[in-house]
Amino acid sequence: MASTHNGATARLMLSPAVALLLLWMAVPLAMTLWYSLHDYQLLMPRGHEFLGLENYVYFLTDPAFFESLVNTFALLLGVLAITVLGGIGLAMLLDRPMYGQGIVRVLVVSPFFVMPTVSALVWKNMFMNPVNGLFAWLAQVFGMRAIDWLAEVPLLSLTLIVAWGWLPFATLILLTALQSLDTEQKEAAEMDGANAFDRFVHITLPHLARPIAVVILIQTIFLLSLFAEILVTTNGGPGNQSTNLAYLVYSQALLRFDVGSASAGGVVAVVFANILAIFLMRLVGKNLER
Amino acid sequence: MARAADDRHKWLVTLVAWGLALAIFFPILWTLLTSFKTEAAAVAIPPQFLFFDWTTENYTEVWARTDYLRHFTNSVIIAVGSSLVGLLVAIPAAWSMAFSPTRRTRGVLLWMLSTKMLPAVGVLVPIYLLFKRAGLLDTRTGLVIVLMLSNLPIMVWMLFTYFKEIPRDILEAARMDGATAGRELLHILTPMALPGIASTLLLNVILAWNESFWTLNLTAASTGPLTAFIASFSAPEGLFYAKLSAASTLAIAPIVVLGWLSQKQLVRGLTFGAVK
Repeated sequence: MASTHNGATARLMLSPAVALLLLWMAVPLAMTLWYSLHDYQLLMPRGHEFLGLENYVYFLTDPAFFESLVNTFALLLGVLAITVLGGIGLAMLLDRPMYGQGIVRVLVVSPFFVMPTVSALVWKNMFMNPVNGLFAWLAQVFGMRAIDWLAEVPLLSLTLIVAWGWLPFATLILLTALQSLDTEQKEAAEMDGANAFDRFVHITLPHLARPIAVVILIQTIFLLSLFAEILVTTNGGPGNQSTNLAYLVYSQALLRFDVGSASAGGVVAVVFANILAIFLMRLVGKNLER
Repeated sequence: MARAADDRHKWLVTLVAWGLALAIFFPILWTLLTSFKTEAAAVAIPPQFLFFDWTTENYTEVWARTDYLRHFTNSVIIAVGSSLVGLLVAIPAAWSMAFSPTRRTRGVLLWMLSTKMLPAVGVLVPIYLLFKRAGLLDTRTGLVIVLMLSNLPIMVWMLFTYFKEIPRDILEAARMDGATAGRELLHILTPMALPGIASTLLLNVILAWNESFWTLNLTAASTGPLTAFIASFSAPEGLFYAKLSAASTLAIAPIVVLGWLSQKQLVRGLTFGAVK
């Protein structure tokens, strides 16, 4: 008796969250699907003709699509590589005894709290600007040619800007994980004559496997939707050199007012995210619950 | 002998760590310094690091010539509002899953996480059009709704991991003593749940404050939060580094400080309790 009552209450408490998330997912997704099959231009509100897969053909055969897909993954992999490798190194360094550890930690984590529009504009103007930027000055000091970062190597520049924001995140997570590593275990290994490299490979790295997987999962979620940094620095250019999937869909919809093809792009983005999601959730899913 | 070596080693680690930390922090420091320069000094070559004429004119100018205060207010309303409304929905959900788990709890949790994997562009067009029709486009209410929904999975997960740690024996002991459900909640569980709720609130305020997909796409000038206000500096005229720096400093300062205070909660919240 009591337990059925509890069960009903529990369901009642859970249902608003589930219902809201269902609505948030299902309704707009269904609409995106519908738009993607119709001729829908924002500037021509009447006559949404059924097009079948024409929008998809249009979107997928647009050379910009392939370029944006490559850029999306290049950005993702570039940022993941820098933040995970850099994060492991930094975390191991910060885990050692030192003076002023608290302050060092605060300095290192700070970039994570800087909003994307600020970090992108600060890097774009005060560092990467070919005339007034600090990098241009440094190049000049060392007798090199000043690079117009965002025009010449837009994707690399964006990777650096975004990685700067996420490196603190990876470092913080991995440092927290390292601090829970049993020091006795480490000392025992040291007594057994294991050298630093062996200790790293056989003790530290396995201990970090799960947090690394989590870092990759979380960052992938956010990096696939990378948008603001591109909007305020390159607008996807030059050409489409720094356009990712998210930015391409945005420009189809809100700059070219082509709802149909933008929606087809949205569906494509969802499909890619889902493939990655299945892969990642399998990797992380079983670890998430104790 | 060994102690001297240890000490030398500690100093070496300190040196390297401080060097790297300062390099990582440098863009923020540089923004802060530049915000106190004149525009001419801000672009001077070679760069002026500390010895320039310090001025606060950029702050007064940003304050006088832009609607900084309005955007700041928008940010506060949107970030705090979406987090509070989110808590109202997430607390009961997390509570029921933590204290009355069923066969399906694990599946529900993972499904919620998967909604967070849905890329925002996949629903940008319909949300934009729905909001336009409902008159929610370019309103703070609209953004509160969207950010609440997009952060709801993280809130539920985070609260779930906190509630899970409240020992259930206490709950049962209270029931044996004949405490009613209401009293149980008020006197025994609330104090134990409060720290987790506060951490969740804090982390979500930070996330919502910096959210820059929906805030840029669903607002125009007047209701834009600080993310959108700063984005308006992307097409500037004339010299503007010092003013950009002043505006940026004002936009990030409150949340960076909050961030410093919430490092532990951040790790736990953003890893869905997998790393503590």
